[in-house]
Amino acid sequence: MKAFTYERAKDPVAAARAAARPGAKFLAGGTNLLDLMKIEIEAPTHLIDVQDLGFDKIEPTPDGGLRIGALVTNTAMAADQRVRRDYPLLTRATVAGASGQLRNKATTAGNLLQRTRCPYFYDPNMPCNKRKPGSGCGALGGYSRQLAVVGSSEACIATHPSDMAVAMRALDAVVETVNPQGRTRAIPIAEFHRLPGDTPHIETTLTAGELITAVTLPKPIGGTQIYEKVRDRASYAFAVVSVAAVIQSDGSGRVAVGGVAHKPWRVDAADAAMSRGAKAAAGELLAGAKPTQDNAFKIPLVERTLAGVMAQARAA
Amino acid sequence: MKFETPAQTNPIDRLKVVGQAHDRIDGPLKTSGLATYAYEHHREVPNVAYGYVVGSAVGKGRIKSLGLDEARRAPGVVTIVTAQDAGPLGKGDRNTAKLLGGPEVDHYHQAVAVVVAETFEQARAAAALVRVDYERGDGRFDLDELLKTAPLTGGDSQEGSGSSPEHRVGKFEEAFGAAPVKLDQRYTTPDQSHAMMEPHATIAAWQGDELTLWTSNQMIAWNKADMAKTLGIPKEKVRLISPYVGGGFGGKLFLRADALMAALAARAAKRPVKLALQRPLMANNTTHRPATRQRVRIGATKDGTITAIAHESGSGDLENGGPETAVNQTELLYAGANRLTSMRLAVLDLPEGNAMRAPGEAPGMMALEIAIDEMAEQLGMDPIAFRIKNDTQVDPKTPTRKFSERNLIRCMQEGAERFGWDKRRAKPAQVRDGRWLVGMGVAAAFRNHVSRPSGARVRLGRDGVVTVESDMTDIGTGSYTIMAQTAAEMMGLPLDKVVVKLGDSSFPASAGSGGQWGAANATSGVYAACVKLREAVAQRLGFNAADVAFEDGQVRSGNRALPLTQAAQDGELLGEDRIEFGKLGKTFQQSTFGAHFVEVGVDAYTGVTRVRRMLAVCAAGRILNPQTARSQVIGAMTMGVGGALMEELAVDTRFGFFVNHDLAGYEVPVHADIPHQEVIFLDEADATANPLKAKGVGELGLCGVGAAVANAIYNATGVRVRDYPITLEKHLERLPSIA
Ligand SMILES: Cc1cc2nc3c(=O)[nH]c(=O)nc-3n(C[C@H](O)[C@H](O)[C@H](O)COP(=O)(O)OP(=O)(O)OC[C@H]3O[C@@H](n4cnc5c(N)ncnc54)[C@H](O)[C@@H]3O)c2cc1C
Ligand code: SF4
Repeated sequence: MKAFTYERAKDPVAAARAAARPGAKFLAGGTNLLDLMKIEIEAPTHLIDVQDLGFDKIEPTPDGGLRIGALVTNTAMAADQRVRRDYPLLTRATVAGASGQLRNKATTAGNLLQRTRCPYFYDPNMPCNKRKPGSGCGALGGYSRQLAVVGSSEACIATHPSDMAVAMRALDAVVETVNPQGRTRAIPIAEFHRLPGDTPHIETTLTAGELITAVTLPKPIGGTQIYEKVRDRASYAFAVVSVAAVIQSDGSGRVAVGGVAHKPWRVDAADAAMSRGAKAAAGELLAGAKPTQDNAFKIPLVERTLAGVMAQARAA
Repeated sequence: MKFETPAQTNPIDRLKVVGQAHDRIDGPLKTSGLATYAYEHHREVPNVAYGYVVGSAVGKGRIKSLGLDEARRAPGVVTIVTAQDAGPLGKGDRNTAKLLGGPEVDHYHQAVAVVVAETFEQARAAAALVRVDYERGDGRFDLDELLKTAPLTGGDSQEGSGSSPEHRVGKFEEAFGAAPVKLDQRYTTPDQSHAMMEPHATIAAWQGDELTLWTSNQMIAWNKADMAKTLGIPKEKVRLISPYVGGGFGGKLFLRADALMAALAARAAKRPVKLALQRPLMANNTTHRPATRQRVRIGATKDGTITAIAHESGSGDLENGGPETAVNQTELLYAGANRLTSMRLAVLDLPEGNAMRAPGEAPGMMALEIAIDEMAEQLGMDPIAFRIKNDTQVDPKTPTRKFSERNLIRCMQEGAERFGWDKRRAKPAQVRDGRWLVGMGVAAAFRNHVSRPSGARVRLGRDGVVTVESDMTDIGTGSYTIMAQTAAEMMGLPLDKVVVKLGDSSFPASAGSGGQWGAANATSGVYAACVKLREAVAQRLGFNAADVAFEDGQVRSGNRALPLTQAAQDGELLGEDRIEFGKLGKTFQQSTFGAHFVEVGVDAYTGVTRVRRMLAVCAAGRILNPQTARSQVIGAMTMGVGGALMEELAVDTRFGFFVNHDLAGYEVPVHADIPHQEVIFLDEADATANPLKAKGVGELGLCGVGAAVANAIYNATGVRVRDYPITLEKHLERLPSIA
């Protein structure tokens, strides 16, 4: 870990300004950032702790939705009565992630911004375009069982590992931010994470210093909400794939998938195909997929997992 | 004491303390954080500096140049040691690769430098500034490719399982060719990591030319010798202290880089140095269980009598390493007149393969016991009936040589009853529970018992407390407790009048912890020492040693009785001895047996397997403490589930390393994976084994579990997977269609 300076921000815009300086980074729960700093994959020279900014509340929005502060812990969010009642998908996805201890520290914003779990990214001796642009991709042609099958590039086949974000994608969440100039904006989650292209080190559409203040959820949409996380062990493991679905009684619905792409994966045509069954919807979701030999199984796995989710919804 | 004839009735047979369930006596220290593990000896060793190991960035090659200036200038740095300035080093007898690499690099993450600084954080930061320029060599990393030309090679696990390059009885090929029912299948097991909770860790301190190591180690005497040999100093100058070990599973049998690098660093820094291997280094820097490629052929008559059985295994290791002895159990487990076992060994430049819990049998049984299940199905027999039919009470190669005790059939039958085996549907894929395909599987458990000399010293203090001293280790197994139970039984005392001190090389050398030999041998050493102490007590009290009884704190002979404490009132009494073994282990085949039963559910949609319940029935000689033994067995069963369902070091054959080298990438079971376990110990006492009539059990609990899981999966799905771990993709698209 490199030496760094530390401040505890008292004001969002000042925090954003401080973060716009080269080498500066926000610190929330620290469960991802500090781990990466210990092995110098992240090496900020200055940390701006944002826990005192008052972003730890969950409030209703005027249009009947919910505004979840950027610093609300994953535990608090998942346990919130309104979230559990109106957005059960989000609670289910969130508690499927990490462990109780980690969720007590992990925050809404930090979870969205957690970095990939590609093992080559984690090993500084290996080439990795995300860690060291231009060094190559160690995972391509290597051990890639966990990695992406769709939306990937020649430069990077990493996945986004979050569970929470997959549910938020299905729920059409919006990320609210403030920038160093004090301007706020609302970024639909679909536009928040980027595909790797040839710049896999740039993972979101956030600009320099831009601070996440909250994530809002639109008005509840009802339906049967199911988060199915497929993993090799029963708990405390990242998803091999995950399916977040909201299914209405007429069989229509929406679906987002985790563990398959550089971002939570959702495709309009797949939503439209939901009422035609898992095969149709999965076919749309994974159209153009380019799996590796190690992870080609994710294609049938997504379809089968979705089929299971649909059967469960029918039985509900 | 030399143990040459089967044990007669002795004081242990009273079973007042031995054989009783008892909480581990070191439990309160552990739960309150007062048990000092290797990294925690703050009180004994002030003024430590912190070491951080730099591992090689290449799998094979040589160091062209080392740039240390920047690291040396970093804040807090005390010194840096590399092969350039470590002085001449030898190599221990038991590690294959040298522990400090450079200029030649033998494997990925081999230590190439240790950075010493005032704080851990400074050492870690400076380690990142060490610049090493490598010339990448051509490594041999592809096991399947290399096995095509690998020679037949014999070997010994050093843990009770060994085989010759090729071992034949009768005429296998002829008999197999003629057999009316045949099976010929291939199975694979992956490289596995010990992944113990406590990393390899050491504090090293020099006083003049004497080295003391507080370390985490299973085999104190081996490591004292290998450390001395590596440093080129007399053995007497090395002291090891390892009172508590946070798991080892064979990964801490041998001298490893933590100890050597700490010793070198402390010498260079001229002050004590502590270091722990960082988790991401462990999989590639230390040893692992080697992958195997196995082939099993079985021929039988229509009534299910095995007439021919062959088990061949290939594995790889560094130059001068050894094979994974995966075929040994097949020489002994089932009858059959015509037999063949063989091993091939490829030279690989991956990290060092070596012992991991039940080396040989664990992966060997994973293959053999699927094959038995497959054969039973072909024969239309119940897999338990097939095993019973082919049971043997003698060593198939030398029929005059009997098993000392062999209760495999009873384990199977008792387990079948307890588990509800009769509810299993012989035809696979018949049972559904919602989306879950449900199945049951069984496998035999087999593991040899190993006798090793073991010493101990017992003192009777003026306060009437008996203190046991031995270099035996407690790697979480319960050694403290069972050794205390042994002394208490021998001296006629309650358990709280016994204190046990372990893991110090200044105490008498013991069998150590490995190969499931620890419990039986270390307690036999205590037995021998107690016999000496009893003689001393008898003499002091003026009794005839031959007819005294030690009971309830009293020493009794005829109708005369004196309190035991009286013997020590003028000064402590001491008994020291060592158990040694004669030929009984050769005259008899001493093995342990069991049966593993598993019920699984396989998600018909996702192919994910979850274990629902497990049962182990073990016949392993006298069980010294059913509570700690149970803990050993359920831990082993858990490890077996890991091996069956998730554990695999992924090999990158381009760069030559294990890719998933941390606990996020290398998954082991969590609580949620293990909902229900039950263990039954058959009442058995093996008088040929030792005075305690005990054998090992800690590895038996693992052998066969993987196959029982695999067989249960097959019973659930009707899809046979022969490549471990059985992750969902191995059967996903062949699962029965979802109704
Ligand atoms: C062992 C382990 C297992 C895990 N398993 C799972 C799992 O199964 N599923 C899953 O989804 N997750 C899992 N996680 C990841 C976990 O969810 C994340 O580490 C956590 O959500 C990150 O939140 P944080 O608040 O700690 O972020 P931090 O580590 O504090 O920050 C992460 C990033 O976000 C930035 N950031 C933080 N707050 C803001 C803000 N307000 N505005 C702008 N940028 C900000 C930081 O600068 C940093 O770059 C696991 C983590 C661990 C360590
Ligand atoms: S997949 Fe992406 S993160 Fe992984 S090694 Fe390649 S570039 Fe790096």
